[in-house]
Amino acid sequence: MTVLKKPRSRFAVSVLTAALFAAGIAGEAGAQKRELVTINKDPFPSSYTRLESAPILITNATVLDGKGGIMEGADILMQDGKVKRVGKSLKAPKGARLIDGTGKWVTPGIIDVHSHLGVYPSPGTQSHADGNEIGEPVTADVWVEHSNWPQDPGFIRAAAGGITALQLLPGSANLVGGRSVTLKNVPGRVAQDMKFPGAPYGVKMACGENPKRVYGTGENNPTLHRPYTRMGNVAGYRQAFADAQAYQRAWDKYERDFKAGKDVLPPQRDINMETMAGILAGEILVHMHCYRADDMGTMLDVMKEFNYQITSFQHAVESYKIADKLAEDNVCSAMWADWWGFKMEAYDGIRENIPFVHKAGACAIVHSDSEEGIQRLNQEAAKALADGRKVGVDISKAEAWQWLSLNPAKSLGIDKMTGTLEKGKDADVVLWSGDPFSVYTNAEITFVDGAPVYDRTNPAFNPVMDFELGQPGEGDVE
Amino acid sequence: MSILAKLKGASVAVAIVGASLSTAYAEDIAITGGTAFTNGGKGKVENATILVSDGKISSVNAGGDVPSGYRVIDASDQWVTVGLMATGTTLGLTEVPLSGSLNDATASKAKNTIGLDVTYAIDPSSTLIPVTRIEGITRAVTGLTSTKDYWLGQGAVIHLGDGFDLVEKQGAYIGLQIGEGAATKAGGSRAALWQEVYAKLEDAQPEPETDDKDKDKDEKKADKKKKPSAEKKALERLFKGETSLMVTANRAADILQVIRLKKHFGFKVILTGAVEAWRVADELAKADIPVVLDALESLPQSFETLGATQTNAGRLVAAGVTIAITGKGSHNARLMPQNAGNAVSNGLSWEAAMDAMTVGPAEIFGLSDSYGTLEAGKDADIVVWDGDPIEIMTSPTAVLIKGDQIELVSRQTKLRDRYLEITRSPQFKK
Repeated sequence: MTVLKKPRSRFAVSVLTAALFAAGIAGEAGAQKRELVTINKDPFPSSYTRLESAPILITNATVLDGKGGIMEGADILMQDGKVKRVGKSLKAPKGARLIDGTGKWVTPGIIDVHSHLGVYPSPGTQSHADGNEIGEPVTADVWVEHSNWPQDPGFIRAAAGGITALQLLPGSANLVGGRSVTLKNVPGRVAQDMKFPGAPYGVKMACGENPKRVYGTGENNPTLHRPYTRMGNVAGYRQAFADAQAYQRAWDKYERDFKAGKDVLPPQRDINMETMAGILAGEILVHMHCYRADDMGTMLDVMKEFNYQITSFQHAVESYKIADKLAEDNVCSAMWADWWGFKMEAYDGIRENIPFVHKAGACAIVHSDSEEGIQRLNQEAAKALADGRKVGVDISKAEAWQWLSLNPAKSLGIDKMTGTLEKGKDADVVLWSGDPFSVYTNAEITFVDGAPVYDRTNPAFNPVMDFELGQPGEGDVE
Repeated sequence: MSILAKLKGASVAVAIVGASLSTAYAEDIAITGGTAFTNGGKGKVENATILVSDGKISSVNAGGDVPSGYRVIDASDQWVTVGLMATGTTLGLTEVPLSGSLNDATASKAKNTIGLDVTYAIDPSSTLIPVTRIEGITRAVTGLTSTKDYWLGQGAVIHLGDGFDLVEKQGAYIGLQIGEGAATKAGGSRAALWQEVYAKLEDAQPEPETDDKDKDKDEKKADKKKKPSAEKKALERLFKGETSLMVTANRAADILQVIRLKKHFGFKVILTGAVEAWRVADELAKADIPVVLDALESLPQSFETLGATQTNAGRLVAAGVTIAITGKGSHNARLMPQNAGNAVSNGLSWEAAMDAMTVGPAEIFGLSDSYGTLEAGKDADIVVWDGDPIEIMTSPTAVLIKGDQIELVSRQTKLRDRYLEITRSPQFKK
């Protein structure tokens, strides 16, 4: 899709207003033809730049390539931010930093597809609670990146757990909670400094208990006590998509008429509908919070009715009951290893959910939804792997690592850039003190684009967020 | 249902009797061939033969014969430990806390909060109990998590075996919360909170013995007539040393006030929460205050927990503080060994981590006579593991609770077995 080709306005009033104003004046003067108005789809562009680093060669480690392969005694060379080579007896380029990987493991960095870091940061004060735009059930117009506080110390703790990229999501109070954002896990001064360059947008939607609990009482929306039920939830999604179809038709008509030479004004922009229409156009990936199998089953039909794709079900506590259907419809499940029972729709959680989804040939992802869980997602994968094996689901550690890197990368649309240790990919890499499927193993060094962002062996190196300066916990990253 | 009842081929009726009177039926069991970690005087015992009779451990020896009549559990190439004890749970008090069943762990409208006794609220049929015990946790401290004020009533120690009576120790502690939340309820400042706490405790403090002759007849009569309230009885036990005051506090400055409280009154105090305890570890050791903690705290989630670090447990033990690592909540209290494992990867020794799940909590909650080590005379809470019990990929292969071997089955394993192969109508029995 085209991007508005006008110089960017300094004013928040929006580029579009300025464009219309200019067009109006031109019209009155009658001298100029109107320009076709198109919408800038990237108004908050990434300002990420990779950290400087010498080339790094890790030697003689056990390497999981992220595609299901394992290599013993292997080397990995990172240079210019990329994976340069993985193999045996690699030569170090001039000036390279050498790291002895004997007895250690190397994996692709962990990617958490479900985080609220920055949005519900530490400290969790009321003034920091920026994750749920409660007030009306469809808020596709809010963008979670506008709530991200890059000084959240949680980002550093996540790096200490091997997290190299993550998706921030709005909360699940709303049927449509707003846009997500994918980040490189590096400190930034503004939120845009963390944005993963080239990552597509996603949107958070929510099934089940949460929206109806938030709105059913009327407390949070006195004019509209909806949704009150699960059927009310579904009516809400369907109406929002139907509205988006109408909105898109108006813009399509405008473009058609303009191209036919008619003197037409563009429709009024609707920020909410832009996101909904973006979903229908396949440009915005849908990450849908759903627990129960029947809720997911309903959403698969809504998806077919409006001809869009649900990229992932989030939490997906009952995916094991319909794993075959999820495989067939190509929907990922982002899951915990063992959370269950804290609310009714989580009551049927089992410890084998992740391996059962994997076994059915569906896309399984280990996610956190927790500032604590994100610090040890490797342990979550280990528990799930062990539980699957106990009932005969035979999965190797190398295969299981796909739950932590490749499958999350696929679901975020960044798998061409990261998620495996293939040559040319971003050097998002973790050096572990040993087997990462052991509780005793720590992430020793976490690299984003070939540069360390956390180094357990060199505490003085590690970043300290502004908030922690001068506080009792300053520098205590563990 | 216990495995014993099954083995006996018992009818349903007998099985029910067997479950409620499990000790009367407890069989003689020998666990052989494993590596036993006794947490006690014998340390690690290779090729251990552990004999269980009448619900108790009768001996732990390297090698040795199995007397006739004992059912043998072969633990070759496996690890054997005491059943673990989870602290800081709400087991038996909650099933589905959010928009589900009543959560008996919260009592937001109760009038008298100190006297509340959770043993009235415990449901031994909770599905959380099998879910937890099949992971090797055989005991739990359970109690209230919030009330209208900052007193959390009296918590209990329970076992997680079969039967209807799970209570091992009623009134195992009296709970008190200190910190921002409590201060808010007390009038908006810690100054107000501590004033109220001291006033309440001073009021309950027994008078020094005086000569009864000083009292007139009417006064004596009034003393006799008055039936003590639940609160009064609870606080009397505290001052007699029969129970402890378990105080939740996180900020180092608040913890120092807790130490001062103990010095003032002299009763037993347990510290929990304790996020910044490492900052005053020496003072805690000197004051002989044990600590019940979550070893995973690592973030400055509030202004009371700015010093959060996963090295807390290791630093406390190094200073000589007795600790218990919590099971955190209810549904996933079973993750306690993972919690302990992360403490190990942040400086706690393996042995100290095992102690923090067995002898540590046993000492802290006054159970040492009957539980906490693998040695003759102790209750037979024993777990056989397929590897290092602290490792996350390890799980139990046999669990005994007070001598009764429980089945490794829960509502979750039943769901698992039902959906192992997906079918059109899983609701029908195969």
